[in-house]
Amino acid sequence: MALGVTKKEKIDDLAESAGVSLAASAWKRLRRSPVFLIGAGITAVFVVLSILSPWLAPHDPGDPMLITQVIKARNEIPAPQPGHPLGGDLQGRDFLSRMLVGSQQTLIVGVGATLIGLTGGLILGTLAGAIGGWVDSVVMRLVDVMLSLPALLLAFSIAAMFARPSQFSVIIAISIVQIPVFARLLRGSMLAQRGSDHVLAATSLGVKRGAIIFRHMLPNSLGPVIVQSTLVLATAIIEAAALSFLGLGNPNDRVPEWGQMLGDVQKVFDTHPHLAVWPAVCIIIVALGFTLMGETLREALDPKNRR
Amino acid sequence: MALLEVRDLTVVFERKGEDPFRAVDGVSFDVEPGQTVGLVGESGCGKSVTSLAIMGLLPKRGARVTGSVVYDGTELLKLSDREMRDRRGRDLGMVFQDPLSSLNPVIPIGVQVSEVLERHRGMSRKEAMSEAKDLLDKVGIPDPNRRLTEYPHQLSGGMRQRALIAIALACRPKLLIADEPTTALDVTIQAQILALMKELVQDLGTALVMITHDLGVVAGLCDEVNVLYAGKVVEKAMRHELFARPRHPYTHGLLASIPRLDAPRGEKLTPIKGSVSDNIPWAQGCAFAPRCPNALDLCFSETPAEEDQLGRLLRCHNPVVPGTPAVEEVPV
Repeated sequence: MALGVTKKEKIDDLAESAGVSLAASAWKRLRRSPVFLIGAGITAVFVVLSILSPWLAPHDPGDPMLITQVIKARNEIPAPQPGHPLGGDLQGRDFLSRMLVGSQQTLIVGVGATLIGLTGGLILGTLAGAIGGWVDSVVMRLVDVMLSLPALLLAFSIAAMFARPSQFSVIIAISIVQIPVFARLLRGSMLAQRGSDHVLAATSLGVKRGAIIFRHMLPNSLGPVIVQSTLVLATAIIEAAALSFLGLGNPNDRVPEWGQMLGDVQKVFDTHPHLAVWPAVCIIIVALGFTLMGETLREALDPKNRR
Repeated sequence: MALLEVRDLTVVFERKGEDPFRAVDGVSFDVEPGQTVGLVGESGCGKSVTSLAIMGLLPKRGARVTGSVVYDGTELLKLSDREMRDRRGRDLGMVFQDPLSSLNPVIPIGVQVSEVLERHRGMSRKEAMSEAKDLLDKVGIPDPNRRLTEYPHQLSGGMRQRALIAIALACRPKLLIADEPTTALDVTIQAQILALMKELVQDLGTALVMITHDLGVVAGLCDEVNVLYAGKVVEKAMRHELFARPRHPYTHGLLASIPRLDAPRGEKLTPIKGSVSDNIPWAQGCAFAPRCPNALDLCFSETPAEEDQLGRLLRCHNPVVPGTPAVEEVPV
């Protein structure tokens, strides 16, 4: 009897935990992958810094506290000095504080744009891939039109349509540009799934259409989309920087953003390259972190790689 | 009354810029409850398409299915998508050729088995899981509790096919269609799986339509055999009859092309020359005539009709004389 009970309990556990073990075993392998650890480390540091940046920043990023040095030296840029390890910017504001607080904007824009783009792409891709027929044609032609325009140019155009550029307009502009990428990717893998043996087998068992789409086709199609979303995070950060660089970002420069900071220092790049190098290097490292993490995540989530 | 009556089943695939292709051309057969019926033929003769047509799994666009498929008094071809979906898995089960690709790679085996039970028998996940355990046990998967949580790639080929059989039989369908269930397995496992299917079919009283190109499978399992060629049944007989006295030259050739252990060393195999042509095969004359050693002039001009010859159906102008040894008949 006792044995029977334990068996039954085991099955109950199973019923609840079924499906979790894929994630669990993926995590087990990720922990051993140095590449993932580097990517995740960069991402974690970046996320923590950007969340805590208002408290970590030694000074108010909008306060022109070194303006006297700028005026005195006739538009000279304040050099690194005690209390200001990276010096000041063109307006005499503490550069380190601006870098720190700038990471927050980058994170908000990157994550926000990716999530919205992903959601839109998932909806369109599922519609096209699962329903097919004329829905597929309409969605895919729309996607083709969007993809035929250069991504940055499209993002600029969308951002420029807003009467007042803001953080929100940047997010919307970038996410719209990402939608077709996700949609086409998901549709492709959904189509492959639709013709697969296990979907035919599920159909032969009378499984309902909704369950076939959401339980059998979608989870098997998500692998590439997950990778894409981390790669898109990296692109979104770069594109946000580009928009801000060109003045289509948040005009309020009391709220710094790395791309905007890059744009501000164009004129003095020859003489003070560090003002451009710091934000540029940060953008690159953060983008790299997300990319490394995404790539290893995909490998780990592929059930065929499980040991 | 037969459990499944297939009458004049025809499947035509529309092709862009080409003539439509008749994959199945007026196939008729009956399956009695508990009976095992074989559909035999080489690649491209319409075996799989027949099974997909019965299950209603052919794509809506591009495939035109005509004729009649009556299951237990219901015409399946006239059912709506929804009605057909309710019957699949519950009344008719299907086992596919490749067990690895036929299982969902990201869902544990247990969930895949219980999905059908939840769908058709309204069980809760808990009940279904416990039933799934019994089912895995029944199909001979050792340590079913552990296997429930495992993913398809963690199982061996034989175990995957056992799991597929468990899924197909989960709701005790009265009819099981097996589409080359042993082709992807190695020989020792094939024997196990066939033995298992035989046992389950007998225990549960399930009727079985066995689709195969392997005459060994037919010899071991089927009560009645339909030999298909280019979408038509060319010979239909009880198993013993067919093996002892193949009348159609195609059947005869199939049997002759099997390597035999008791043949003298160095003896050459006798293949059937050529391959199934994909032009409109039965439009004029017998589709097999270009490959047939017995072909007469008549065979190229007039399509042979199906004739009933002492409980055996035969579609041939010049059948093999019973007792003709296979090896001498077809020159290499």
